[in-house]
Amino acid sequence: MNNLGQAIHIKKEILVRIIKAFLSDDFEHQARLIPYDMRPKGMEVPYRCCVYKERAIIKDRTIAGLGFPIEEDDETVSLADYAKRAMERTEISDKNLTVLQAACKGCATNRIYVTDLCQGCVARPCQSTCKFGAVSIVNGRSVIDNTKCKKCQMCVNACPYKAIVKISVPCEDSCPVSAIKKDETGFASIDYDKCINCGRCIAACPFAAVHERSQIIDILKAIKSDKKVIAMIAPSIAGQFPGNIYQLKTAIIKSGFDNVYEVAQGADITASTEAKEFMERMKAVNEKKSEWLTEWTNEGGYGETEENSNEEIRYFMTTSCCAGYNQLIKKHLPEIKPYVSDTKTPLFYTAEIVKKDYPDAITVFVSPCVAKRAEGFENKNVDFVMNYEELGALFIAKKIQITELDESKYEIEASKQARNFGYSGGVAESVKKSLKDEDVVKPFIINGLNKDSIKQLKKFADCGECENGCNLIEVMCCEGGCIGGNATINNQKIAKKLIDNFTQNSENINKIQ
Amino acid sequence: MGKISVKVCTGTTCFVMGGANLQELHDIIPKKYGDEVEVNASNCLGLCSINWEYSKAPYVKVNDEVVSEATVERVLEEIERQIAKQ
Repeated sequence: MNNLGQAIHIKKEILVRIIKAFLSDDFEHQARLIPYDMRPKGMEVPYRCCVYKERAIIKDRTIAGLGFPIEEDDETVSLADYAKRAMERTEISDKNLTVLQAACKGCATNRIYVTDLCQGCVARPCQSTCKFGAVSIVNGRSVIDNTKCKKCQMCVNACPYKAIVKISVPCEDSCPVSAIKKDETGFASIDYDKCINCGRCIAACPFAAVHERSQIIDILKAIKSDKKVIAMIAPSIAGQFPGNIYQLKTAIIKSGFDNVYEVAQGADITASTEAKEFMERMKAVNEKKSEWLTEWTNEGGYGETEENSNEEIRYFMTTSCCAGYNQLIKKHLPEIKPYVSDTKTPLFYTAEIVKKDYPDAITVFVSPCVAKRAEGFENKNVDFVMNYEELGALFIAKKIQITELDESKYEIEASKQARNFGYSGGVAESVKKSLKDEDVVKPFIINGLNKDSIKQLKKFADCGECENGCNLIEVMCCEGGCIGGNATINNQKIAKKLIDNFTQNSENINKIQ
Repeated sequence: MGKISVKVCTGTTCFVMGGANLQELHDIIPKKYGDEVEVNASNCLGLCSINWEYSKAPYVKVNDEVVSEATVERVLEEIERQIAKQ
């Protein structure tokens, strides 16, 4: 959930219009008309200089909604042609994000700037505090040489008039791995070798310039085809829509899917598998420790060899179900890999079950975030990924009133703990509750990946130990967990309350043997 | 003095277009106004199918006044207006 207000409203409205266009008799024509329908002639221009620019920007956003990269658009291709190409395409891209660069123009470059509030004081703490000689005095005022400035912000803090400010670029500031940058042309672009698909930039940009490349047309095509299409809904979906998840199942089927599985079903498998793995790993730690103790007592102290082998002991395990975290491990934090649980994600197990039940079906994961698009792309059992906003847009386009529908049961009911996987602390709790001796687990919760928490994880990996004797690190990329995902509809506080209300009546997870 | 009625639309359109956040009103209003204002969730009020369709959702009705593009703040403002009227 983000606080972008109107900007996010426009994105959702475009999705609804794209779906409506697809469902109409003439997709291409209706797609071409989207900017004109949303900004008709004579309409008061809400945001930009003129109605033509408004339409141009809506066109760009529609390109992303149709699944294409906005950056590659040369402005000569009409939305009708994009719609046609979307209908013809048979493959999806692994590049999940696209930037509407026309929106970046309004955003100043990330730098330290001396404002008019500078009094040209005698003390000049800005100048004396700068270690890089970047501050000089011109006409009695401080001036920063941007070629020397390292953006350390010492001068910002030193100025008694608070005259020096850091000009923020929200997308850059929000990215935990410095993958998005405004380049020399002033446009933001994403370095996909670094990007972990966390979706922070989507939620951070006040111009809503960063878009997910939607797969909605591919999904609608699948629904229209003869094949069965199965939706797999992430646990965090409870609390994202009106009504309960049983009415939601009816709604999803009504919108064209053949069946719906709770991914919480797979979360039950993840929890018990992870609990078993955790016990094995901790057993190995204890064996190693007692081995050393024996050696130590026999030999009267550590020898050289034992100290070397000390590196092999892994006092903690981290969870492995967050797609953003898994991308982080792969691209930025390989040293933590040996500590990461080998257990697969709830989506992995669920998709495996679905493909067993329906071998020829097309599977669609309904997701709170963009990171799961990357996981879906890498998993052959997951054909497409659709986020909560897109599912909401589909309901709107099909005029489905969830609260007025009957309930449909799920073939397998997931446990309470599995259904709580979507918020911070939920995964560690599920491992704990799967064990007979719950006190063995000493959880450490990483609630959101940012530069600091990544540093912390790196430190743990380097020294082989977590803080305060904790032995299970739960990592969730988004603050609050999946309920804080970039494509969520509801605010976290309400979403968590709704999940808790729903899961209090669910069965407890089975203990592992 | 009549009770002021607040109907928060929980139709799919309103909910998805931002109405989800309005559920906070169920906590805020009783705390702030006690019995004076009655807040209820309502099935689709039918407002999204007229005029600007979904582009002005979410909708909330305060007595007979329609608040479009509703936010918690806007609804509270409208309640104040209705109280002042009485």
